Amino acid sequence: MEIEINNKTYRLVLGFEIHLELATKSKMFCRCPADWFGQKPNTLVCPICLGFPGCLPYPNEKAIEFTYKIALALNCKINSEFYFDRKHYFYPDLPKGYQITQWNRPIGYSGYLNLLSGKKIRITRVHLEEDTGKLIHRQGKTLVDYNRAGVPLVEIVTEPDFDNLEDAKEFLENLQLIFRKIRVSTANMEKGSMRLEPNMSLAEVKPDSSIDLPDYKVELKNINSFRFAKKAVEYEIKRQVELIKQGKLPDQETRGYNEDKGITVSQRKKEEALDYRYFPEPDIPVIRINKQDLAKIKAQIPELPIDLAKRLIKTYSLSKEKAVILAKKSNLAKLFETVLKRLKSSPAVKQKTAEKIANILINSRVKLNDPDEIIKLYTESIKPASYDKTKLATAVKQVIANNAQAATDYKRGKESAIMYLVGQCMRILKGQAPANKIKELLIKELNQAK
Amino acid sequence: MSELLGFGVLQLKRLITAKKISAKEVFNYFLERIKKYDRQINGYVTVCNNNDGKLPIAVKDNFCTNGIRTTASSKVLDNFVPNYNAEVVDRLLTNGFSIIGKTNMDAWAHGSSTETSDYGATKNPWNLSHIPGGSSGGSAAVVSSYLAPAAIGSETAGSIRQPAGWCGVIGFKPTYGRVSRFGLIAMASSFDCPGPITLNTEDSAYLLSILAGKDNKDATTIDKPAEDYLSKLSDREPLTIGIPEEYFNEVQKETIDGFEKTKQVFKKLGYKFKKIKLISPEYAISVYTIIQRAEVASNLARFDGIRFGNNKSYFGFEAKKRIMLGNFVLSAGYYSAFYQQAQKLRDKIKADFVKVFHDVDLILAPVVPTTALKLGEFEKYPFFGELIDKFNEPAAIAGLPAVSFPTGLDKNNLPTSLQLIGNYLQELKLLQTLYAFEQETKFFNVIKSGFKKWK
Repeated sequence: MEIEINNKTYRLVLGFEIHLELATKSKMFCRCPADWFGQKPNTLVCPICLGFPGCLPYPNEKAIEFTYKIALALNCKINSEFYFDRKHYFYPDLPKGYQITQWNRPIGYSGYLNLLSGKKIRITRVHLEEDTGKLIHRQGKTLVDYNRAGVPLVEIVTEPDFDNLEDAKEFLENLQLIFRKIRVSTANMEKGSMRLEPNMSLAEVKPDSSIDLPDYKVELKNINSFRFAKKAVEYEIKRQVELIKQGKLPDQETRGYNEDKGITVSQRKKEEALDYRYFPEPDIPVIRINKQDLAKIKAQIPELPIDLAKRLIKTYSLSKEKAVILAKKSNLAKLFETVLKRLKSSPAVKQKTAEKIANILINSRVKLNDPDEIIKLYTESIKPASYDKTKLATAVKQVIANNAQAATDYKRGKESAIMYLVGQCMRILKGQAPANKIKELLIKELNQAK
Repeated sequence: MSELLGFGVLQLKRLITAKKISAKEVFNYFLERIKKYDRQINGYVTVCNNNDGKLPIAVKDNFCTNGIRTTASSKVLDNFVPNYNAEVVDRLLTNGFSIIGKTNMDAWAHGSSTETSDYGATKNPWNLSHIPGGSSGGSAAVVSSYLAPAAIGSETAGSIRQPAGWCGVIGFKPTYGRVSRFGLIAMASSFDCPGPITLNTEDSAYLLSILAGKDNKDATTIDKPAEDYLSKLSDREPLTIGIPEEYFNEVQKETIDGFEKTKQVFKKLGYKFKKIKLISPEYAISVYTIIQRAEVASNLARFDGIRFGNNKSYFGFEAKKRIMLGNFVLSAGYYSAFYQQAQKLRDKIKADFVKVFHDVDLILAPVVPTTALKLGEFEKYPFFGELIDKFNEPAAIAGLPAVSFPTGLDKNNLPTSLQLIGNYLQELKLLQTLYAFEQETKFFNVIKSGFKKWK
């Protein structure tokens, strides 16, 4: 996105900090249940997650495994030896006065994720930490709920590689899909299990079309949906354009998004930035993961949605839009591939067929899971004006002869066997006959043979 | 029942097993003594009167005890009653002990005199105008005056060995990670070690075998089962003891005399001696002060009064000073100059010990340059604890096991002491050596004359 301000061209520079709550059974450093959402306040707590005197953190192995999984899925370099650090600040929702996080040795670093366009978004780091409690402001009082305190949280930081909101949307949605696909989080933004913090600035574009990062950066907080992330960034662009127009450099600061008013409000200026006084967490020794365990985790990562979409486009000449939709629901993509393999249509009709099958899968109001059913729907949808009755009769006879088992099954009362036989006829006829006619003839033939 | 006077934990246990006396009577005996004498000594912050017929033991008031107030001798926790036990306490309870009281300490374990307690200073049972040392001063004082047959203390750097030395009893600091810290109110997490303070070596061995071992609630515990220290006490191999000359500067004459006497005993027992060179303990003072303050500042951040206890206005002067200094050494721009340098030197001190332990099995050195000081002395020195504990800090920095024991009395009738330092996880060697020394000398009757005053 490029903007003209006072006869100069500016470009949006946008990056993200993403916080993800892991879907582990228990919390990060104690064995309280981690599924806090909607639970009665302060019922999922123990002396450890409440930071009581003398209590020590005991790390959750599953959470560590999940973080490695995320780092590997995002093509990160891996620290097979890591430790935790303490990050200090005072806030009533932070029980210990520090958060156990990772500073110097994140589990993953220098990763990337490609967009469909081929553009590479660089991932700065992936690290593991603990969530805080929640403040509830009510009738002039502030209450604290510690149910969420100590829930495993992964922070993913990107480089400021976005220059437009469409790419950001594709990236973030893709990220959400990945988290669900590799089963590490529900990544539900409304419930706060995936939280976004955009950071952005406007940079002057140089004659060679490159930019230098500007001397300021605005971080946006309190965002709980993609929609609000977009609105907040859009508002910020307007606000910063206005400042630059007046010849001012926007301040480096943290701003909160107010969803009611649709505006951002300054929370903390650069000069007020906290000194977190990080130091290595002495209560947890250095943790090492061996090559075999790392390889096992890697093997658990399935084909990621973006790769699946790319493959569908390449293999079946499917349109980008449909490929993305199918890739979002991997069971649909799987059905799609099964159906197309069965139909084995000639390359000439490939794209048309693929598009039509994709249409059926995407638009169906009922849940489809039987390939034959889809083939039937497809055959009907192409509704041939006429068909060759002789060819049909030959095909039916041939299919019955070649599929004796299915034929017997049907005769013994297994009604569903007929759909398989219909599918087989369909293949021979390359879809050039209506399914109902095939079925009719099949039943007739089979009944005669009884 | 004055014939019980001076019986250790195992000796009492044997009497109970032989039905010479009931555990209930033993417990009452100590309750009576506490009632009679503790007003003078002030070794206990809380006394537990509910006699449940188990063997009594005293526990420092920074170990959380389920249902028993736990203050770490700070008014911040004046009303804090935990609903969980420290792992150390749990292990004592499952092994037939009952907590008779929570012992006084320097508030938050910040100090080496037990004078920074918000519940008044503990007095040295040998001479009430002197300090018992600290921070486990209450634990050492109640054992030396026989207001408990044994006590649990905790040491960050010297807090077991030094008060045990000044009160003329045995103080054992295990290898870091050998005993769980779960439920021990943290002073400096990378140093803290729970350990027993006892009247004799077999009690140290027995209590250590109960306390030591992996605990799933403390990730820093060593994954190695505790040894049966007790049954192997009298097994002994010929060992070489190292003498670090750096540890004898400005040491009181009587302590040196005690050292010469002790050396002769060990020689007679067949031990060999060797001069060794170690990094000067002077460096340990700054390494320890910087890292400890940083961890203290961090560990005290949770005491905000929101979930438990009183708010920060209840912190005493010493804690506030430590929080300020700790945050300073961690702050941006100073971290690399202080904290990181200190960590580098910590690694060097560890490596130095590891190297020396190729040549010798144990190290023998003074615990403290002087015998117990008078009340009020500590106020004259801003880093009193760090200076007085300079011989204790190197082993604490390295996480090595060590034991302090009495070697005689000075001209003011106050105990002198020495310590043996062992290599990692060499608790057994320390105990066997101490046991041999005890068999030979009975610690020159120091322990015995300590509680005799408190008939």
